Amino acid sequence: MTEAILISILVTVVGAATPILLAGLGELVVEKSGVLNLGVEGMMLVGAVTGFAVTTMTGVTFVGIVAAACAAAGASMIFGYLTLTLTANQVATGLALTIFGIGLSSLMGAGFVGQTVERIGPLFPPALAEHEHLRILFGYDPVVYFSFAMTLVVAWFLRRTRAGLILRAVGENDVSAHSIGYSVISVRYMAVAFGGAMAGIGGCYYSLVLTPMWAERLTAGRGWIALALVVFSAWRPMRLLAGAYLFGVVMTLELHAKAAGFEYVPPEFLAAMPYLATIVVLALISLRKSVGSQAPACLGQPFKPST
Amino acid sequence: MLLELEKRKQPSRRMLYLTPVISVLLTMIAGATIFSLLGYDGPGAVWAIFFVPVLDIGAWQDLGIKAAPLILIATGLSIGFRANVWNIGAEGQYVMGGLAGTGVALATWELEGWWILPAMCFAGVIGGALYAAIPAFLKTKLNVSEILSSLMLTYVSIQLLYFLMRGPWKDPEGFNFPQSRMFNDSQLLPEIGNTFVHLGVPIAFIVAVIAWYVLSKTVFGFEIRVVGAAPHAARYGGFNQKRTIWLALLAGGGFAGFAGILEAAGPYGQMVPQFPTGYGFTAIIVAFLGRLHPAGIVLGALILAISYVGGEIAQSSIGLPNAASGLFQAMMLFFLLATDILVTYRLRFGGARSGGAA
Repeated sequence: MTEAILISILVTVVGAATPILLAGLGELVVEKSGVLNLGVEGMMLVGAVTGFAVTTMTGVTFVGIVAAACAAAGASMIFGYLTLTLTANQVATGLALTIFGIGLSSLMGAGFVGQTVERIGPLFPPALAEHEHLRILFGYDPVVYFSFAMTLVVAWFLRRTRAGLILRAVGENDVSAHSIGYSVISVRYMAVAFGGAMAGIGGCYYSLVLTPMWAERLTAGRGWIALALVVFSAWRPMRLLAGAYLFGVVMTLELHAKAAGFEYVPPEFLAAMPYLATIVVLALISLRKSVGSQAPACLGQPFKPST
Repeated sequence: MLLELEKRKQPSRRMLYLTPVISVLLTMIAGATIFSLLGYDGPGAVWAIFFVPVLDIGAWQDLGIKAAPLILIATGLSIGFRANVWNIGAEGQYVMGGLAGTGVALATWELEGWWILPAMCFAGVIGGALYAAIPAFLKTKLNVSEILSSLMLTYVSIQLLYFLMRGPWKDPEGFNFPQSRMFNDSQLLPEIGNTFVHLGVPIAFIVAVIAWYVLSKTVFGFEIRVVGAAPHAARYGGFNQKRTIWLALLAGGGFAGFAGILEAAGPYGQMVPQFPTGYGFTAIIVAFLGRLHPAGIVLGALILAISYVGGEIAQSSIGLPNAASGLFQAMMLFFLLATDILVTYRLRFGGARSGGAA
């Protein structure tokens, strides 16, 4: 009996962690290339509404997810063009992207409010996915496994591949990377597009799996938590995974405390928990003295080759 | 390429003032196109959002009321942005200011007297400033990004508002609606003449003038600019970066808190769960559109106020969704940031002049 409850809690934790893990992985790669994109929340919303709309229209969830990734990557290109080509301020442009995403998604989604789609089913056959014990491992939808796979892929890419080395070089010392002949701007464009696509997939996880419906500002600030996760992870994918699940637990507390009729703590306090926890965690990790030096050296700095 | 960018010897002042105008114009063109593509009456939307509120004298009072909080918050934020302090949680500081002032109002609801309103305003300023002190502390002591902490605190403040409205501060005679008591006559901002423009509107304009004086004519204003533009030079000059971070955040929070209580004691006349309407975020756009200068901020706030009022008009006249004005506001910031490059670079047509350039 208690085991069944524990498993159901675990399933909710996985659900809460997956979208911020995906968006966080994308932003991690973006920041590794030396770019700070604060538009994660906006891109997630664009992904959420696009994924929902396309799934409703085509009836195929996979097409919806791909569309979400493309739409959010497209939105990230506005940010890319402004900050990389036109060297605009990254903080301000990222904020603008978030405001833009909120407005655009509300507008696009106006016709879809109140509709629902069919939730994505588990990846594995029912024998495994609905098995009493094995569902801990096999009971999740494909996006969950995708998020794990992407964690490994990003870790491998950054540490083991030549392209990953170039990306890190661009983020650590753009001037040198440029002088050896790498195109700083193209590398950053690709990183920003990847970050957008991942945020888009993370965003549509809310509208296609967790709720599954569309509502204005559906992601409720989770994009900002994904940004905080990247700092928390010290720009390391495996620690980002751990952090995402830690936050997944905090966010799940709210749901389960409510369900368990936990009356002594006001629900508003529980709703504020993830945001308070983010602040506390950011404060705690900065107590370790080395945190500043772990950030990519060129983070947030515009680069203009002086050809 | 036919268009080429050429670095200017020094930033163009003319472009600095011209680009906000250009970006508003571009927003109108792009807005008309996008809304036409989305199946709305695009030119009609632009007309309703940007022109109808200006041409309709009846809407002017509303423009002033909407512009006032934007002027106050953006003025406070501009101090931080000048010093490269990115307080993006003004919305939360605005809520906390409103709540602190409401606290005073609820504590004095049976009293009357001239001192109550100033006490509420004072509490509002302090409430906002104290809330901004948290990111300031985290930034200066623990090097936590003020961007993330101030934004997280915004979400927390909204939950606190919901909690107070649902529980402790709920009007006992309010038929169980989650909202506070109505403020009494000593707690409401008086209206000017026979208009419905509350006293907060002229106050906001006066504050902008004072801020202009302080920022351009005093050592404090100079310090803020130097720390933002050249942190190393500032340190040599004896200006303390941490002190500047504190001042920038406290000022930003104080202004936002002031705006909060003026809204509560003005248009709302009580505290309600719908109190946070995004002024704190829109004010960021206002600050940039106004080039972080108080005079520019007043103009920027008026333009954004026009888009708010116009958005409401367009909602009823051509059925444009509420989100449309948010989209227009974001586009304005995009275009402003995009055209910013014209301040430091010159556009040149035809790359042929430099000979070998391919």
